[in-house]
Formats: sequence, structure tokens, C-alpha cells
Amino acid sequence: MLEIPCPYCGRRAHTEFTYMGDATVSRPADGPEASDRDWYEFVYVRLNPKGPHKELWHHTNGCRVVFEVSRDTATHEITGSAKLSDEGEAAS
Amino acid sequence: MTRYSIFSLARNALSYHRNWPQAWRSPDPKPAYDVIIVGGGGHGLATAYYLARNHGVTNVAVLEKGWLGGGNTGRNTTIVRSNYMLEPNAHFYEHSMKLWEGLSQDLNYNVMFSPRGVVNLAHSDGQMEAFMRRGNAMRLNGIDAVLLDREQVSQMVPLLDCSPSARFPVYGGLMQPRGGTARHDAVAWGYARGADSYGVDIIQNCEVTGIRREGGRVTGVETTRGEIAAAKVGIAVAGHTTQLCQMVGLDAPIESHVLQAFVSEPIKPILDTVVTSGATHGYISQSDKGELVMGGDLDFYNSYAQRGSVYVVEHVIAGLLSLFPAFSRLRLMRSWGGVMDMSLDGSPIICKTPVDGFYINGGWCYGGFKATPGSGWVFAHTIAKDAPHPYNEHFTLERFSNGTTIDEKGAGPYAKAH
Repeated sequence: MLEIPCPYCGRRAHTEFTYMGDATVSRPADGPEASDRDWYEFVYVRLNPKGPHKELWHHTNGCRVVFEVSRDTATHEITGSAKLSDEGEAAS
Repeated sequence: MTRYSIFSLARNALSYHRNWPQAWRSPDPKPAYDVIIVGGGGHGLATAYYLARNHGVTNVAVLEKGWLGGGNTGRNTTIVRSNYMLEPNAHFYEHSMKLWEGLSQDLNYNVMFSPRGVVNLAHSDGQMEAFMRRGNAMRLNGIDAVLLDREQVSQMVPLLDCSPSARFPVYGGLMQPRGGTARHDAVAWGYARGADSYGVDIIQNCEVTGIRREGGRVTGVETTRGEIAAAKVGIAVAGHTTQLCQMVGLDAPIESHVLQAFVSEPIKPILDTVVTSGATHGYISQSDKGELVMGGDLDFYNSYAQRGSVYVVEHVIAGLLSLFPAFSRLRLMRSWGGVMDMSLDGSPIICKTPVDGFYINGGWCYGGFKATPGSGWVFAHTIAKDAPHPYNEHFTLERFSNGTTIDEKGAGPYAKAH
């Protein structure tokens, strides 16, 4: 089982969380004006790296906040987590 | 190639089975081939076999980074079925099913295909209606489907808890009688032996590290055993589809997730069909060795690790035990994980690409094993003719950008939803 470091609650068992996927995909800022290509990349394209991955986790059975975790997809090693700003950017 | 038969068995018995020839060679790579298939699992080997058998393309190499069938071919729950509703899936998987039915004879290799039936359980009125619709769609496409009521399910699977007080009450089920299981390793070995007999070079421990291009055309691959030239390169690499696509600058609508499966200790025959339940997302069958073979959900996070968490094992087992309380005393013997190439609509991608000479076979999600023969058949056609077979013409990369996704489950663009 993974141990997810929630930036608000500390290290908790994986079963308290819901995985929300790749944190690097961003919704086209110009909405309806954005190109089909932009929407395609947002909805369907994933970098799917074998190695370091920035991903969103939701502390569903805890503080219910979504935050960003840095995890290696090949080893499952977690190297950090960060709160998100109101704009959805990870705080450095 | 020595043809396997009762006579060759008897002849070799006289020498205590010490003189069987190798089933396939282990050649060194040649400097160039007409076609290179990356990935020596069932799909890659089947592709090589049908390239030679159906299209006369025999100057082919299959490159495998590990050993034959060491990836998902050896990491699945061996279920074979074609109970699909959407047209593209129905025709493709049914073609595969028909190939399964004659595969042992065709390959002269016993893949132990056992059409013992696949029963999908319904646990609500709504699910029964969905199954009626699916069953009707299947029958209209010429696929066998039988709707069972609770009594029929109970008679067919006596150990299943069909009582009204069950945690997931059984309302009935949809059965595909021609579905069943096959021996997964034998599928890889049978195709390897068949392809080798046509002169295909199967090269193990040879990892592709790059794909060479000139003027937008594929010219060969770079491997851990040197450069190999080829005008056509087809990939059948399951969980690593993204990495191979990125070698030629293609985006892949795929996420790689780990899926676990497990077997119990072997016991006497106790379950003679395959039972699946969407409510618990568990599936179970009994192998010829007597082990109960079980699988369930993804671990639900991106992973290339070929291992997952124990809580997922517990979750799947808890669901299956609610269906089969009698299995609670069994011990698990083994568990393993495979890396699934989860496409964003749940359907495979088998197509030529904007890069000339580069062909994709991937995005299999949970369901690659049953597709092995059909996948090899249409992928070989696509590579040999540089055009899709009618059974894979919808499984394109472009479907994600032009709005023609094939979402069998109606779950939307989420890799982990399919």
C-alpha cells in the first residue's frame, strides 16, 4: 500500500485517497475559442511517463482537499507533495 | 519443425523424451529485415505468424526485451470471450473467437482452449435490462448469447450464493457459451513455434531503445544488441506503448496502470465455467491444475511496476467471497501484476500512423489476451498491405481527435474507468 503525504493531514494510508490522474494536463484557457487540437490534448493525450510523475490525489476520506504528489511510476517511490493554489498550480 | 502427434509422442517416449527438438531457434539478429515486430508476447508473435502464413512475409524479426510471453501474456486470467455490443468490437472479437476455436489445430500446438462458457452476473433489474440489450446486439451480430434467470444461474453455478439475502443478490446473467479459457503460455509458445517454422527470427533479451527515421520514414531500430534495419516496424508492447510511440514523436491516448491477478491453492473440480460480476468487478475460473484464477480492479494509479497493493487483493477477494462463500477457506498461492495500456476510451488501437512504416498495436486495457489471434491477424494485414483490415479500420489513433471513440462501457475519457 502507498502512504500518501497529505500536505494538510500528514502521511496517511492510500485507502483514504482517490487518484485523480496526471497533474500536468491543463484545460484550454480560452475555452470555446480553443482549437480542436488543444481540446484533444487536454481530454485524451497523456505523457504517461515511466519514472517521475506529477499527479493529483484527493483526500476523499480525510480533509477532502485535492493536492499534487510527485511519485515514480516505475518504483512507486513518493518524493513529495504540494498544496495547489486557487489557480490549480502547485506551490513550490 | 517436428509435427506434434500421437506418433511423435510415442516415438519420443522410446528415448525417454530426451530428444525433442527445440520448438524455435534463438538466432542472432540479422542486419536487416522487411518487418520488425517489437514485443514477443502473444500479440507480437501472432502478428509474425500471420504475416508469414497469410501474407508470405517471412523476413521478419520479433524483438523481445525479456523472455517470450513474460509480460501480460503470462500475467492475465486467460479468459476468452467476444461478448461485445458495439459494432467494431463485436466483429473484431468474434473473428478472434473463431480463430481460437481452430487455433490448436492450426498451430499444431495445444493451447488448451476450453469453451466452458462465460457467465456475467446481473445484480439488479437495470443490469438485467442492459444484459438483454447487450445479448440482443450480440445475437444480431451472429455472436452467441443466452440470458439466464436466477434459477438457471443457480443450477449452472451451484456454489454461487443466489439467495435473496446475498450482499450482491443475483438477478440472473448473460452467458456466452462459446467463451472460456485457454492456456496463456501455450498461446505464446504455439505462435512462436509456428512463426519460427516459417523462418521468422525470434530474438529475446533484445530491447528496442530507439527507432531510426529518415525523411519521416522508419528505417530501423536501435536495440541493446545493435542497430537493425527495417522499412516497417510494428509495436505490440502493451504497457510500454507510450514509450515506443514517443520514440517517433507520436502522442498516445494511453495511461499505464497495474492490474493484479491471483490464484488459490489447487483443489478438485469445483467451478466449470467462468463467472464474472460487474458489481464487484471480480472474475473467477478454475484452471486445469485446479487453482482458482481470480482478478479484479486496477490499483487505480499510473504504474509500470508489475506489482500492486495488498488492499486491492483483499478488495477483490472480498467481492468474490460474497458471491462464493464456500471459497473462504482457500489459501492464495500467488499474485502478480501486469502493466495495462489503458486507452482513454477502453478500446484497442491497431493502425498505421502518420509516421510511414510505423504501426501501433496497443491500448488493450484489461482485455488483450482474448484478442490475441484476431489482433495478430488484422495487425499482420495492416502491416503487409499498409492498410487496415475491415475488422480494425475503426481502431485508429485519429478516432480520439475526430470524435469517433469506441466507448463500450460508456464511461467517458478516463483511463481508469474502463
